[in-house]
Amino acid sequence: MAAIQLIINNASYEVDVAPDTPLLWALRDKLNLTGTKYGCGMGLCGACTVHLDGEAVRACQTPVSLVGAKKVTTIEGLSPDNSHPVQRAWIAEQVPQCGYCQPGQIMSAAALLAKTPKPSDDQIEAAMVGNLCRCGMYQRIRRAIHRASLSQAHGAQAYVAPAYCGGASSGGSAAKGA
Amino acid sequence: MAISRRQFVVGGAVAGAGALVIGVRLSGHLVRAQESDAGAKKPAPNPFDAYVHVRPDGHITLIVAKSEMGQGIKTGLAMILAEEAEVDFNSVSVEQAETRPDIYAHMGTGGSGSTQENFTPLRQAGATVRALMITAAAAKWNVPAAECEAKKGSVLHEKTDRQASYGELIEAARKLPLPNPEKVELKDENDFELIGHATPRVDIPSKVNGSAKFGIDVRVPEMVFAVVARCPTFGGKAAHFDADKAKAIPGVRDVFEIPAMGADKFSAGGIVVVADSTWAAMKGRDALAITWDHGAAASESSEGISDALRTAAQKSGARLRNDGDVDAVLSNGAKKVEAVYEMPLLAHATMEPMNITALVRAGAAEVWAPTQSPDWVQGTVASVLGLKPDKVIVHTMLMGGGFGRRYMADFPAEVAQIAKVVGKPVQLVWTREDDMTHDFYRPATCHRLRGAVDASGHPVAWFHTLASTSIRGYWDPKADAAEGESGGARQLPYAIPNVRLEFNGVNSAVPRAWWRSVEHSFNGFVVESFIDELAAAAGEDPMKFRRSLLVKPPNWKPRFEYDPDPARLLGVLNLVAEKSGWGNPLPKGKGRGIACYHSFGSYFGEVAEVTVKGNDFRIDRIVAAVDCGQIVNPESVRAQTESAIIYGLSAALKNQITIKNGAVEQTNFDAYDPLRINEAPLIEVHLLKSTEDPGGMGEPALPPVAPAVANAIFAASGQRLRKLPFQFKAA
Repeated sequence: MAAIQLIINNASYEVDVAPDTPLLWALRDKLNLTGTKYGCGMGLCGACTVHLDGEAVRACQTPVSLVGAKKVTTIEGLSPDNSHPVQRAWIAEQVPQCGYCQPGQIMSAAALLAKTPKPSDDQIEAAMVGNLCRCGMYQRIRRAIHRASLSQAHGAQAYVAPAYCGGASSGGSAAKGA
Repeated sequence: MAISRRQFVVGGAVAGAGALVIGVRLSGHLVRAQESDAGAKKPAPNPFDAYVHVRPDGHITLIVAKSEMGQGIKTGLAMILAEEAEVDFNSVSVEQAETRPDIYAHMGTGGSGSTQENFTPLRQAGATVRALMITAAAAKWNVPAAECEAKKGSVLHEKTDRQASYGELIEAARKLPLPNPEKVELKDENDFELIGHATPRVDIPSKVNGSAKFGIDVRVPEMVFAVVARCPTFGGKAAHFDADKAKAIPGVRDVFEIPAMGADKFSAGGIVVVADSTWAAMKGRDALAITWDHGAAASESSEGISDALRTAAQKSGARLRNDGDVDAVLSNGAKKVEAVYEMPLLAHATMEPMNITALVRAGAAEVWAPTQSPDWVQGTVASVLGLKPDKVIVHTMLMGGGFGRRYMADFPAEVAQIAKVVGKPVQLVWTREDDMTHDFYRPATCHRLRGAVDASGHPVAWFHTLASTSIRGYWDPKADAAEGESGGARQLPYAIPNVRLEFNGVNSAVPRAWWRSVEHSFNGFVVESFIDELAAAAGEDPMKFRRSLLVKPPNWKPRFEYDPDPARLLGVLNLVAEKSGWGNPLPKGKGRGIACYHSFGSYFGEVAEVTVKGNDFRIDRIVAAVDCGQIVNPESVRAQTESAIIYGLSAALKNQITIKNGAVEQTNFDAYDPLRINEAPLIEVHLLKSTEDPGGMGEPALPPVAPAVANAIFAASGQRLRKLPFQFKAA
């Protein structure tokens, strides 16, 4: 196995994996970037969605050997402090339940809004149809995308979360990752 | 790599020891007895030990002894504690409890029970904290306790303008005798500042930036990854396997067999591949050459199961309710209606496939489990390893969905078998295919319904024969399978003079267990569809027909456990009728359907609006009305309602598990595809105010949605859909 260079969230990484290894497993098992989730391994559920040069792709269907010089953005790289308009809208609309699919949902939504700042309901459906949410939070996702779109356009006031919502670790418990 | 000090208690006991003792421990126990699972009485826990940790620096941590799977329990239970303890919810931390069944009476998260079970005990625990703090402050200032008030984590004495934080008072408070929690004064409901008020969930911010740690995200030093090749056929095993090619895959470290174990086959057994990464383990598994002994169930098929169920539904069975004389009425001249309903096996399909991480060292184990039942995980792992349960530390991780699947102890048993061999921290990962083909499925059922209405349109007979590949029948074929799965059918709430319910079980090798709303997922569909059929036979409006039959006599008492209160059911029926514009004319091709149903202590009325076009139909909107008693977090009640409705619609419209040659045919989301965003209707939720005890919220919105849709399709097209998932064809 030869080391493969990757640019992830604007940092350089070297991973020593077989070239056919999906980006998903390089991120999760070699680089401890566990925000990108495994759901189906077949590109059917969207839980592993990341950006390659701004395009939403399924990391489970993207061998590391094909990433090349393209910049990878994962959920961890979207913003340092939950300040991306999509993240703010997701908190304001209280979108996640179990939350497992949400990194993928958010990455799909962020890619949509980057290209289509004011998406219609049909455009939202077309961009999000590949992202399953077993908790069924679809109408909140729809609302949150509209909210993020408005806040991008008008610089709507930032959603101020209560202090107890501020920490990145409030949902975790015993085993915090690397 | 930053490791929190709560990790590696087994691997490095010193690091963990101090960090586990948080807050101030008091001697003695609360005197109130709580009933544990085994029915044994044990003392209620000391709230400072168990629920409210106050540090001298003033930091307060609220401990939640239930598992979070998105239902918002970390927020809801903490709100109850904070309300009575008078601490500032915005400045506390909320933490997952240790797995200590000796402290927490019942740690399982299921049956929509967490709020129901904990509402009063946690109010009492919080109120005890408040009372002790006030007593300590009053003594310190030498003023009457009645003049002191607790607010936002401090005690105030207005007359002398004095104030002390809980942190300052904890030293004195810990020395006070604990009051009887049953006698501690609780707040008046009108003074609630948190309970009943929409509160943002504490787990959400970590779920929008990838920092939330689910079970599959556990990363500990030196860990390896494992997958298991299980026989596709239930009850089968490997006759022979060759691991040479698997071992040649870069990153693969070991291949070995684990046996099926337990009378209930908690571990299916199989060939384990251990590797440096999940991907290498999966590739190693693909490279295994295995000859399976498919076992005794290799010929089982869905056709066979369905035939057996249909036959069983035609036979008389165990009689679970028998009012009046159904036979006499059905053989008389009244207008008769007969229908057969069928429902398939279903998988849970949580977004996060099953997984669990464990480290086994001499005489001890440490487990990181995304589980609904950490105490069961603890017991199972201990039993596989021959340890006492208190030698097994179980960290409860966030779950990427539960829905009943994560109550089971099969993956914990497997990881114990594997970790014992590996001797390092090992994460067992189930692929989506493993998850879908080795679930514990919602039973398949067939129901024969016979009813009659008299000349004036009153229903006079209801005879329900329920045939099921029952859950209890799977766990113990000799068990009285009927009792556990008659819920909602036995408690038929409508005032009909002659009612009979009979049950027949059908055996199968397919594992079965609890799926979101359990038997209510099928009985709710049948009851709320057939009452609609009787309304149609009577020529009545389905809403008015139900309304006329929801009668609460002045001396009403529940006849059966979980019997719904007819007045509360009528309340949600009326509310949903009003909010949905029931009775307002609709254009041709559109229809409305209604259903009302009680389960898990909560009442739901739901109306579906559909548009029928050609061979297709579309759900335009769902309106729901809920009476769940005292609402803790309205935000969570709404979210759970939306969630259960979508989950129920996935089953109504799309999903089924089928069996061929003893194995599940669907292996991934291509063949078992839950509802997607383009298929999800608008959902409106209306909450009824109530001061009744809280009901459950994880499940009860689910049962009425499928019948509401089927009834709407009938209204729009005249076509009755009695089989799930629906197959609609234009007449």
